[in-house]
Amino acid sequence: MPVADREEPPVLRVEALAKQFDGLRAVDGVSFDVARGEIVGIIGPNGAGKTVLINLISGFYPATSGSVHLAGEDVTSLPLHEIGRRGIARTFQNIRLFRRMTVLENVLIADQRHARRPARAFFAFGRQRTEIARAARYLELMGLAARADRLAGTLPYGEARRLEIARALATEPKLLMLDEPAAGMNEEETAELVQDVRRARAAVDAIVLIEHDMSLIQALSDRVVAMDYGRVMAAGTPAEVLADPNVQRAYLGEEGGP
Amino acid sequence: MIQDYLFFTGINILLAWSVYVVLLTGNLSFAQGAFMAIGCYAAGIMTTRYGVPLAVAVPAAMLLSSAAAVLVGFPALRVRGIYLILVTVGVTFCVRIALENVAYTGGVEGLKGMSGTRLWHLGAAIAAVGLLLFLLSRSPLQRILDAVREDDRVAASLGVNLTYVKLLAFGAGAAIAGLAGALYGHYLIFVRPDNFDILVSIFVVLYVILGGVNNMWGPLLGATVMTLLPEFIRALQDWRPTMFGVAIVVMLLLRPEGLLKFRQPSARWSGHAGR
Ligand SMILES: Nc1ncnc2c1ncn2[C@@H]1O[C@H](COP(=O)(O)OP(=O)(O)OP(=O)(O)O)[C@@H](O)[C@H]1O
Ligand SMILES: [Mg+2]
Repeated sequence: MPVADREEPPVLRVEALAKQFDGLRAVDGVSFDVARGEIVGIIGPNGAGKTVLINLISGFYPATSGSVHLAGEDVTSLPLHEIGRRGIARTFQNIRLFRRMTVLENVLIADQRHARRPARAFFAFGRQRTEIARAARYLELMGLAARADRLAGTLPYGEARRLEIARALATEPKLLMLDEPAAGMNEEETAELVQDVRRARAAVDAIVLIEHDMSLIQALSDRVVAMDYGRVMAAGTPAEVLADPNVQRAYLGEEGGP
Repeated sequence: MIQDYLFFTGINILLAWSVYVVLLTGNLSFAQGAFMAIGCYAAGIMTTRYGVPLAVAVPAAMLLSSAAAVLVGFPALRVRGIYLILVTVGVTFCVRIALENVAYTGGVEGLKGMSGTRLWHLGAAIAAVGLLLFLLSRSPLQRILDAVREDDRVAASLGVNLTYVKLLAFGAGAAIAGLAGALYGHYLIFVRPDNFDILVSIFVVLYVILGGVNNMWGPLLGATVMTLLPEFIRALQDWRPTMFGVAIVVMLLLRPEGLLKFRQPSARWSGHAGR
């Protein structure tokens, strides 16, 4: 694990973050840091609040209380597009691609030069060679170049998940958050995914990885945060967290647990 | 006579495109008739009362329509789906009632004395708007708009300012409707508020839905067919609304995305150099 410079703020700092839905505290005072270069795994049984946590950090839900800092900047109550521009990108547990657009276009939309200046983007009509060359990097990184002109909605599951990662990377984010990228993948695809995430790591400052697949968590994470009932129940190295009695208990009887 | 058919077809094509542009970001507008009215009255008042040349009055009227749309749209585009549709219906009623009750715009009597629109002016306007839409379809802006229509929150998380993009489309759509209105008034010589009844807005939306909402040719085809068909098949004339109703029901059952439903990608990998 890289030793963070004393002066440098963590890529992500989550402090006492909470989300109240009527009657339910889905995230209840979660705090953790993600340092530069790290992959932090987030585990926990179904309904633990992992996805809500990601929605809070990425601005999809407003937080009830607490704060999120990205590279030292408070992004807690910024609008969605502002958080995206500052450098948080994510994928979705229930894949959310632009289904009726091509694979290439899905990645091109993330091109910040145009996304931030839509009016000016009109004048870039034509062959868009530089844009495509930039997008090509991410398509190739995720092994999707051969699929570029296909409609995103026609991709098989594994490729759709990889396209979500490519699209997120194409925003050139500081922080990439993946919500169950291996869900629904077979063993072979999961093994490929491990390689994909390692490659993605080189393109961003840090990664937050939500997963139920413990082999994936162990293969990729530098540190693990385990959640249950909206709270952090254990945090530390993967070995420490998986050996934690609370974590073991939470997963007992859980299908798909370790 | 044939000239009139062509003229009304052309106006309807512009109006259909104005609906299409707003629909690019997923918003269905029943206010395009109102923006047409604003363009028509603004240009008409400028030329008849202040002696402004038509060539100046038309772009000025477009700007005014657009400004009105941005003013209404800024608060309204926060609401979504059915509520925004209701807001646009409300806009159409408000504009009509305002035109009927304000003495300055001629009240129910309307506005007269405009002239100067030639058929080729309308042809040039269609060519210009068509060219812009064609260039749009090959530009990064097209896919930003399409992405907003498909999943606006995901588009936002990729850095797209939704309010800005939706206002841009709403304003551009109103400018096109204003252009249609300005040309329309100066062709008819005499207009009244009931030329801009809510039915105008509804029919135009139907042209677009019939023709197809995924490319610029669908609205063009829908507007052309639905304007000319009743004119040429005389028997259909009295049945115009019925025919519309039947056409809509049949289309939604058989081809819910319209006659021309293809979507042209805004960029292609196949042309990508050296691969
Ligand atoms: N929009 C919402 N409104 C109300 N309750 C919600 C909402 N989103 C999530 N919840 C609730 O919050 C709790 C946490 O859900 P969350 O989706 O974060 O779980 P998770 O840890 O991601 O589970 P899984 O592993 O099944 O994806 C659940 O009880 C869920 O029903
Ligand atoms: Mg989840």
